[in-house]
Amino acid sequence: MSTPTPNTNALVRAWYDKETRSVIVQIIAAALILSFFAFIINNAVVNLSNIGKDINFSFLWDNASYDINQHLIEYSSTSSHFRAMIVGLINTLLVAVAGIVLATILGFILGVMRLSRNWLTQKIAYVYIEYMRNVPVLLHILLLHGLIVSSLPRPKGSYNFGDTFFLNNRGFQMPSPEFQSLFWIVGGFVVAGLAFAWWFSRYAKNVQDTTGKTYPVALINLAAILLMPLVVYFALGSPIEWDVPALKGFNFKGGMVVRPEFIALWLALSLYTAAFIGEIVRAGIVAIDHGQTEAAQALGISNSRVLKLVVIPQGLRVIIPPLTSQYLNLAKNSSLALAIGYMDIVATIGGISLNQTGREMECMLIVMAIYLIISLLISSGMNWYNDRIRLVER
Amino acid sequence: MKLINKVLTGMALTAMTATAAQASTLEDVRAAGELKCVVTTGLAGFAAPDANGRWEGFDADFCRAVAAAVLGDGDKVKFVPSTGKTRFTMLNSGEGDILFRNTTETLSRDVDLKLSFLPVNFYDGQGFMVPASLGVNSALDLDGASVCIQTGTTTELNLADYFRANGMSYEPVPIETNEEGFTNYVAGRCDVYTTDASGLASTRAKFDDPTQHVVLPEIISKEPLGGAVRHGDDQWHDIGKWVVNALINAEEMGVNQKNAMNLAANAPGNNPGINRLVGTEGSMGAMLGLDAKWAARAIAQGGNYGEIYERNVGPNTPLEIGRGLNNLWNNGGVLYAAPIR
Amino acid sequence: MTMTKQTYAPGTHPSLPAPTSTTGLIYWLRVNLFSSVANSIITLVSLYLLYLALPASINWLFLDATYIGETRKDCAPNGACLAFIGERFNLFVYGFYPEHLRWRVDLATILLAVAGAAVLWDNIPARKYMLRFALIYPFIGAWLLSGGFGLEHVGTHLFGGLMLTLTIGVTGIVCSLPIGILLALGRQSNLPIIKYFCIGFIEFIRGVPLITLLFVASTMLSYFLPPGTTFDLLMRVLIMVTLFSSAYMAEVIRGGLQALPKGQLEAAESLGLNYSQAMRFIILPQALKISIPGIVNTFIGLYKDSTLVIVIGLLDPLGIGRASVADSAWLGLSTEVYLFVAIFFFISCFGMARYSLYLENKLNTGHKR
Repeated sequence: MSTPTPNTNALVRAWYDKETRSVIVQIIAAALILSFFAFIINNAVVNLSNIGKDINFSFLWDNASYDINQHLIEYSSTSSHFRAMIVGLINTLLVAVAGIVLATILGFILGVMRLSRNWLTQKIAYVYIEYMRNVPVLLHILLLHGLIVSSLPRPKGSYNFGDTFFLNNRGFQMPSPEFQSLFWIVGGFVVAGLAFAWWFSRYAKNVQDTTGKTYPVALINLAAILLMPLVVYFALGSPIEWDVPALKGFNFKGGMVVRPEFIALWLALSLYTAAFIGEIVRAGIVAIDHGQTEAAQALGISNSRVLKLVVIPQGLRVIIPPLTSQYLNLAKNSSLALAIGYMDIVATIGGISLNQTGREMECMLIVMAIYLIISLLISSGMNWYNDRIRLVER
Repeated sequence: MKLINKVLTGMALTAMTATAAQASTLEDVRAAGELKCVVTTGLAGFAAPDANGRWEGFDADFCRAVAAAVLGDGDKVKFVPSTGKTRFTMLNSGEGDILFRNTTETLSRDVDLKLSFLPVNFYDGQGFMVPASLGVNSALDLDGASVCIQTGTTTELNLADYFRANGMSYEPVPIETNEEGFTNYVAGRCDVYTTDASGLASTRAKFDDPTQHVVLPEIISKEPLGGAVRHGDDQWHDIGKWVVNALINAEEMGVNQKNAMNLAANAPGNNPGINRLVGTEGSMGAMLGLDAKWAARAIAQGGNYGEIYERNVGPNTPLEIGRGLNNLWNNGGVLYAAPIR
Repeated sequence: MTMTKQTYAPGTHPSLPAPTSTTGLIYWLRVNLFSSVANSIITLVSLYLLYLALPASINWLFLDATYIGETRKDCAPNGACLAFIGERFNLFVYGFYPEHLRWRVDLATILLAVAGAAVLWDNIPARKYMLRFALIYPFIGAWLLSGGFGLEHVGTHLFGGLMLTLTIGVTGIVCSLPIGILLALGRQSNLPIIKYFCIGFIEFIRGVPLITLLFVASTMLSYFLPPGTTFDLLMRVLIMVTLFSSAYMAEVIRGGLQALPKGQLEAAESLGLNYSQAMRFIILPQALKISIPGIVNTFIGLYKDSTLVIVIGLLDPLGIGRASVADSAWLGLSTEVYLFVAIFFFISCFGMARYSLYLENKLNTGHKR
């Protein structure tokens, strides 16, 4: 560039003005984005009309006419596609929630094992984490499913646990409860116990804040939630009947069954995600300055309370954000159910319904929207929790 | 701001051009120089890649016949593998030009899924296969069984209907491909494998000792299998339809892989029907938008219907499926192709 | 017993061996494995578990395994059937790539190693030239694999096995980093339209599973293109995988950008640098350095996610494994096949993770205290 003579070209001058430039850039960007969307939507409309299709969600109320093996709500082949979708959604949520719970427990154990002073434990955790993390989760799922289906016995040769639990390659059969009329009293006691626990923790905290006196809160609450209902349960003469599975013909009849597809998916997702959580937990604990623990110890606080009041709250702040994305990953990875035939949301509405009705646009829109909502729910829930435990800055 | 205006109008124009009328499938296929044919991911005898990756089978041969008629070369086929679940989406969205994937013709598929079916080229029905050791002799003994089914097929709908109609319960074990079904069945995840009888024959042939597995006598559904194209292009539908008809007519008239091109090259013979078929008489090809020897090339590619059948699925193949219903009408079957005139 | 007392001048006492209780195997065992009762119990339980698992696995995988054979029947019933892996090895590596052209895949892989080495290590001779080579490698690689310009054309539907995984992985890694940087900058931008578009894109991609995107790309994409147009399936998968991991990449880099003190940008601006200069010379180098672990993790994730292409019918090693399991001559070998594929992925992903550690240490210029 030579001498900075004032440029006569209005466009060039506008470009060097920061405000104008940002407006121009944005207009161009908006135009590009809008015309891109206009382009693909237009194409879709043209292509659909060429074969005489429209976008219409009324198929959701037609008969689905296919069966789903695992349905937690009433479902048969005469139910609607909408109901099939709900069944799939419940199955997705079931495996996601169960996976998140197990992965969190295992992950915390692994994280602590990694920091263990026991050499062997530490190395076992290390090898486990590295193996799990570095192999695709789809492979874990297929491997586990293959192992369960081909190495467990067929129903006739089931592993029998006291004639009530059975394990075979059709799944894990167990008795299912049938609640009798008196059972609601037990349920009432559980609710009452929860209410009491909530009130009591607040009360105990209040007492501690004002007088410094402490109660064994956890123990008393546990007794209120579990012990009382149990006592009542037996006092009422066990108002639950158990429907015990029994081998009849090809399969077990009665009871509940956890299918191999669910077991494989659940275990694979949990074991895989646990490895990541283990590393996150380790990083979270390592991130806490030694001075913190030492200061707490110098104040004469007991070791368990140091852990509870100093280490864990600070560690959680480091742990929660990456933990959230692991939960999100687990929920999304549950869509790999497809590979082993677990009937989740992708397999029902995004699979069989899509194919039987030919409504691919509508079905894929529904599937994507549902996953977006699940992701949003998980991340807003975790954000809420994160805000609650955040360091209050003054 | 002029520049921005220009850019905007330019982009609006590009968006507009997309609304221009759709080129016909025939033109697209000719322009691309290859026929995109949607087939199964692998079902021995119908369509499966051999050791060199070349697709072989009954459906694959029909793809080649259409390519030969349209493009003049039966090898100009791009096989698009699809599962039961993805096949229609692939055809409708334009991933494929034509579909030959042992697909059952049904009303809802024709009308609601916007497919146009070609004439039936294989009459089939859904059956059950069980290990002989189970000692099951009838499908009515299957109450409570675990059944492997391919998702996205008429099979799973028939199965639901059949068990409901007979008041039986079952556990569906959904699978995506024939291979998965096979693996699950062998591992004992399911007691029964159900699919079209032809598919069962193909699967049963894969066992070292096929006699250890029995196909139950019940055929619970009608499965008229045929090719299909998208709705809305009648000319392309006509081409597919008449290639299939030509292959069946060829068997009836004794035109085969060996003599088809000779008949087409020589002067018209005494049989007007054959003349019209091989293009030495009349202008059948022109009516379809093809040349005169379209049918001759299609027949020369893989033979007439009978030859294709015998080579891929007939009694002398591992599948050992007799002609049965799939015989010509004058041989006790139901193949009754509309005449080419 | 009489002891002779010896005196030493300060500093002349000879070094004595450490007390036996602080050295040697016994000491190590005591400190690391049996330091307390609880610890000893944990150790013993772990040892017992290892005793249960290890010998059985080793027997199955090595000692009782069958390495040579024609069909399943040649394999010992209680060992791994590795003969199968051997027989299908080429299929696992090359997929259906034509046999007489496989040298091209080999050559592309060797050149990839050369280009990769130049990018990854900085003490390599003639690195300057090799970096230039690395820059044009993507074109050479694509040319070698798919042909054209004098080489026989090979359709991408013949790609398969490990070479497919490498193709997807390398392309995704190379392309997703720049797109991710752009998205991250866009998300931080103070131009609202660009910012919200980037946020929308990133959150959408991160909110849905990859397989739904792959399904749309493989079966429904033609709906969104002008009638009659279509393009290669592998190309679409590459684009989808790249977009998918660039959204994750963007978030990782955003973390790095946010970790930088605001003063850095202000200082750059006060020096008179414009936006792109400030980004190129001040902000991005620091932000990228901080995000290296996250970036490599995203790469590893992308590499592992390439297995998902089997749901749309591409035959990566896992897909080939799955198809081979159904081969009637080799029925029921899923464990062997999946383990083989797992080992392959483990080696490559673990290698990447180790490299990330090395890089972290090398670039750690002392900001850590």
